[in-house]
Amino acid sequence: MSAVEVSGVTKTFATRSGLVTALDDISLTIEKGEFVSLIGPSGCGKSTLLRLVADLDTPTSGSIEVFGKTARQARLDQSYGIVFQSAGLLPWRSVTANIELPLALHGVAKPARRARVTELIELVGLTEFANSYPEQLSGGMQQRVAIARALAERPELILMDEPFGALDEMTRERMQQELVRICAETGAAVIFVTHSIPEAVFLSDRVVVMSPRPGRIRDVVSITLGDARGEALREEATFFAGVTAVREALHGAPVSTGSTSKGAARGVDSR
Amino acid sequence: MTNTFVRRVLPPVALGIVALFAWELLVNLAKIQPYLLPAPTAILKQLQIVLPALWSATLATGANALVGLVAGAIVAIVFALLASRIRVIDELIAPIVAAIAVVPIVALAPVLTNMFGATSESPRRVIVAIVVFVPVFINTLRGLRQVQPVHRDLMRAYAASNWQLTRTVTLPGSLPYIFTGLNIASSLAVISAVVAEYFGGLQNGLGSRITSAASNSAYPRAWAYVFGAIVLGLVFFAVTLAIERLASRRR
Repeated sequence: MSAVEVSGVTKTFATRSGLVTALDDISLTIEKGEFVSLIGPSGCGKSTLLRLVADLDTPTSGSIEVFGKTARQARLDQSYGIVFQSAGLLPWRSVTANIELPLALHGVAKPARRARVTELIELVGLTEFANSYPEQLSGGMQQRVAIARALAERPELILMDEPFGALDEMTRERMQQELVRICAETGAAVIFVTHSIPEAVFLSDRVVVMSPRPGRIRDVVSITLGDARGEALREEATFFAGVTAVREALHGAPVSTGSTSKGAARGVDSR
Repeated sequence: MTNTFVRRVLPPVALGIVALFAWELLVNLAKIQPYLLPAPTAILKQLQIVLPALWSATLATGANALVGLVAGAIVAIVFALLASRIRVIDELIAPIVAAIAVVPIVALAPVLTNMFGATSESPRRVIVAIVVFVPVFINTLRGLRQVQPVHRDLMRAYAASNWQLTRTVTLPGSLPYIFTGLNIASSLAVISAVVAEYFGGLQNGLGSRITSAASNSAYPRAWAYVFGAIVLGLVFFAVTLAIERLASRRR
């Protein structure tokens, strides 16, 4: 059984100027423990696809299965954790209380809750900020709290909608590094929406490249960088090759038939 | 601690004392008649004389204002919760609230006095509740509608029930709005409790004391009771502020 099975999904929205097809006949399988990025220009429906998997919206046609269940059942069973572009923390709750929220909502007893939250805060490296409030944290720290919250119930699937989109480049790279570590520790499958090519390549096993109007899957690029992904990887030729491959898929046709070095130079320029 | 006291409390107190001196001086030098404006010292003398009566009148009015404030605020918050959740109720209530907002106490007080009888405390309390209802309802409803889309998505992802959404997101998020309404309402409660007594009913509160003193040409005494009303209003306002501080610290 795969983690997510999207088959023939179409999503249309009724707008004032008529029907807009956000997603057109999307089929995609994500295996357990796999890290898959969705990348594409604005309006390609990548966030919409994520929301459909999360059952925050329902597809117009087609079906979505999460761990063999309907998306709705998976949501009701809390089979996934979710992280949005804005951290979405409740400003009147401390870091601890924010991470605890899903556990409290689902009736986990207080001692068990506290123990789990202590673990999670340690996992995201915020132990000394356990009693701080969101407004006292930087954007990167807030997003780490959101990630900890998403992990609270040990989901085997994590949905991330441009979680680092609002962060500066340095923080962003550090967060990607942390995410690699966290994913290795939890073994969860991840669907990661982004519009940063290097980010997608650095994190993913596969990068799904999408095109807009109507939203379609243009290509799926496998990234074979292995599991040990450290800072050094960002300067390696294999990483640049991946960046080039995604870039070319994104632009529709090979921009160059190019040598690695040429592709590498382009990869560095991107973003 | 002493520093904040010096910076924040001392200046307004000093200003008040200077104003009182200026008032006293003005009345004495310009020989203003007491029926126009009595001197602060004359008011103070009356204050000492009527203190027991003032105290009981303040308690009576304060009790009416408090009962009306609490009842009106609870009803307003409950209706705002319903209106924020159920569209039909929202559409039904909106015009009624607009109508209540313009109900003059002057018109309502005699009617309610007739309805409940002249010896009942209820008319004044109902009036206070009606006056309080509007600002609390409008502000609470606005607050309840401020939910961020990301929080709504999050709670849906958690398969949270409607009540959980209200309790953990909507209500805490709207607390600042509710307290804005309550701050306005707390002063309105005292004002309307005092004014309602001008139009008949039980004569044991500040309002009736002010009118009877004035009609006996005992102007300094009337002012002494006005002073009581001012203090009562300030107490209500301050207590609401204090509760707001407490609530926003641990919501």
